[in-house]
Amino acid sequence: MVGPIMISREIDARGSHCPGPLMELIRGLKSAHDGEVIAVISTDLGSNTDIPLWVQKSGNELVAVEKIDHEATRFVVRRRIRAR
Amino acid sequence: MYGEFPLEGQGQVDSLLDPAGSMKPATANRLAIVLFSGTMDKLLSASIMATGAAAMGMDVEIFLTNWGALAFRKDDYKTNKRVSADFADYQSVLMEQMAAKHVTSWMENLEGAKEIGNVHIAACSHTMTLFDLRLDDLEPIVDEVTGVAAFVERARDSAMTLYI
Repeated sequence: MVGPIMISREIDARGSHCPGPLMELIRGLKSAHDGEVIAVISTDLGSNTDIPLWVQKSGNELVAVEKIDHEATRFVVRRRIRAR
Repeated sequence: MYGEFPLEGQGQVDSLLDPAGSMKPATANRLAIVLFSGTMDKLLSASIMATGAAAMGMDVEIFLTNWGALAFRKDDYKTNKRVSADFADYQSVLMEQMAAKHVTSWMENLEGAKEIGNVHIAACSHTMTLFDLRLDDLEPIVDEVTGVAAFVERARDSAMTLYI
């Protein structure tokens, strides 16, 4: 069982265009500590493909993808734990 | 039979070059872009491609030639509303939509790409000479002025090269 997930920061990137929301996520994760969970909300359809792909490729973890309404989606991402 | 033709990759200049240097190199995780156009529709496309590549962990090498170099003259981007002639009839609708939807400018996109990735921007020395430009005349986002051979050398082992 996984405990409840604490989202420490949510970035509202609604209205930002491809690849803006992905960039916001990357900026957010850069300043996050290892294992920290942040969320980004996007209305750009490209995020549906690009964010999961980027998260997988970069070795971070996609914790959840939630539809907020007919336009917006929330992507919840946990920052990768770096090797010491 | 192709015995009379030079083997692949062995052109006439080969006798001047160290053969080891003209071997097909391993592919580098890099996107190379020849940015020839100075219209903001194409600059926007190029900047988005560069950003996507940087986000996916690719290095990006951009070579500014002709109108692409002129578009990087200091402050020029602030007033550049040019659209490719083929799509000139879309100019007003593009400007309107970009303003209404607060689309980030191509310059901001490139700044963002540089912030997250290894993005190198070089201006073509031929163009610089042609228009009496120096590196100081260009936006600070441009790293240096180089010759075409330097770019080709970087493009040669790039995974992708785009001409925009």
